[in-house]
Amino acid sequence: MNQKRVKEPLFRMVKRDAIAPKKAWGIRGVAFLLSLVAGGLLILTLGHNPVSVYKSMVVGAWGTSTVRYETIKIAIPLLITAIGISFAFKMKFWNIGAEGQILVGAVAAGAFGLFTAHIFPKLPLVILMMAAGMMAGGLYGLLPAVCKARWGTNETLFTLMLNYIALAFVKYLMNGPWKAEGSSFPKIGMLVQGARLTKVFGVHWGWILALVLVVVSFIYFNKTKQGYEISIVGESNETARYAGISVGRVFTRTMFLSGALCGLVGMLQFAGADYTITEGTAGGVGFTAITVAWLAKMNPYGMLVVAVFIAMLERGANTIQTNFKIPASAADLLIGIILFFMLGCEFFVNFKLISKGKEEQHA
Amino acid sequence: MLSTLNGLFIAAVLAGTPLLLGALGEILTEKSGNTNLGVEGMMFMGAITGLAGSYYYEQASGSPNGVISALIALAVSFAAGVLGALIYSFLTISLRANQNVTGLTLTIFGTGFGNFFGEYIGQKAGGYVAVGDSTKNAFSSIHIPLLSDIPVLGPLLFQYNWMVYFAIAIAIAMTWFFNRSRVGLNLRSVGEDPATADAAGIDVRKYKYAATLIGGGICGIGGMYMSMVTTSGVWVHGCVSGYGWLAVALVIFATWSPARGMLVALVFGGLTIMRMYVSITGLPAQIYDMLPYVATILVLVITSMRQSKEHAQPKSCGTNYFREER
Repeated sequence: MNQKRVKEPLFRMVKRDAIAPKKAWGIRGVAFLLSLVAGGLLILTLGHNPVSVYKSMVVGAWGTSTVRYETIKIAIPLLITAIGISFAFKMKFWNIGAEGQILVGAVAAGAFGLFTAHIFPKLPLVILMMAAGMMAGGLYGLLPAVCKARWGTNETLFTLMLNYIALAFVKYLMNGPWKAEGSSFPKIGMLVQGARLTKVFGVHWGWILALVLVVVSFIYFNKTKQGYEISIVGESNETARYAGISVGRVFTRTMFLSGALCGLVGMLQFAGADYTITEGTAGGVGFTAITVAWLAKMNPYGMLVVAVFIAMLERGANTIQTNFKIPASAADLLIGIILFFMLGCEFFVNFKLISKGKEEQHA
Repeated sequence: MLSTLNGLFIAAVLAGTPLLLGALGEILTEKSGNTNLGVEGMMFMGAITGLAGSYYYEQASGSPNGVISALIALAVSFAAGVLGALIYSFLTISLRANQNVTGLTLTIFGTGFGNFFGEYIGQKAGGYVAVGDSTKNAFSSIHIPLLSDIPVLGPLLFQYNWMVYFAIAIAIAMTWFFNRSRVGLNLRSVGEDPATADAAGIDVRKYKYAATLIGGGICGIGGMYMSMVTTSGVWVHGCVSGYGWLAVALVIFATWSPARGMLVALVFGGLTIMRMYVSITGLPAQIYDMLPYVATILVLVITSMRQSKEHAQPKSCGTNYFREER
């Protein structure tokens, strides 16, 4: 095999020392456009005009105030979950259990919302639901973190399996103890009108909370000691240990926060959007939020932009389903394609290719 | 009692086979030092393409032949798995993207791919996609003269569909490959320590690509099993859901050994369908459904508590190899 190496490869790659931010964003912009082109080619092979399909997606997401509210309603859980996930991902703890954390958060909030609404007035009830949702989500996230800290248990699979367990539990509640009275098919009752979250400019106030969380988490990541510890643990567990940081403690503390934010999403979905709990309460948000967090490079402000964009795709996908009979799963496909391109383009941000025969130029 | 046990065993084999195929594909992938979390996605891709391959073949030919239809499904689902793995490989091996995130993205993409084309082809077919009888027969249990007729043992061992034997054959072949063949040993060295393998003259990139692509293809075949056998040739929205992830977990329980993979696949196949065979009074069905997942977590925790060097993940898993940064 070594003899063959004499042939010079077509390209050589050289690591860039530094790249102007403008150029880096230029590369990312090109990759993003290319991903839309790739998605467009797919639409073309299905026999539709990509431009009119894309246009219909945008109009379907922003065209009227009704769909605008819908789009924002999709963006809220995405954004908060993405922030929650980024807590874990920043320390390279692969929390893919947001779905489950959202569901248990919704269930805990439901325990108060559905059964104590006649006891408490609205404000204390909402606070109770929030606290319960966050506590449940946090504890659900804490479990894999404790095992990881103590025995190095694989957190990816652990958190994922917890999703299925939470889902089965919700189905159990739907069929059994929480089944709505007088309903012939399994579903949980509705939250009473008086306990539902107040709307501010047409959408429940979760959007204000989401914006606040963007700022707070940015400060937490960049300006606090705990945020700094998270990034050190993410860089290298050994470095962190050498610096006297208790890695296990950072794992558990951060995962509690991560799960608590996802649990908060469950509460918001229950009390602000759906008013009930179903198998679809999490509805893939936990996975899509991973994409949001990663595309935004774990920057909360970036996540705001990406979450709104992805919400547009998802809302728009419903429109193209009715207008063009393209299945709404197209949104997942398109999100996957975009992320593939964005993952790939980072290589061209960090390295440059020198084609064969060109003069050697060390960067 | 005995007949219940026999029934449970047979059902466990049938339910465990897609898990085994997914796990085998992932074992091959991880032996090269790539952790591909996209198993679920690749299985979805294999599930829809395999079904579509057979469906379109039946539409095209007037009198479809079951064997040809099955071979088409096999080839197409393998190709779809390879395609998914190719995206993953190109991003992680050539473009050095993060393995975990790329794998997760592949799962999102593949799930969308499967459901999207499942619905799309269904729409065109006027409601839903389903294969005809000739293909269905090709995926039903086979009858081997003499062997299948042995009382008790016959039904237990010699009356499955051909994919069960196919999966077992792959597991045995892989065991030999990893332990006895030069290429297999080279591959293991790539997964354990790519820098050393590189110094020894092994083409690390080529090995990583080959193992990941073929592994992805095997996962694709596992997905095809879900759409052709488990749902008997009808596209069910989200049909793979969860099985790909269980397969990833099985890799750990099998301690990266294909032979042990057969055993754990049988156990977990059994756990997923036990509810239909062994009823526990007072236990609601939905709580019973948690069983395979709870068992997975318990085994995960227990295996992590007593780590052994011999039965560990290939050491370089999760990190990309850059020759320039040695």
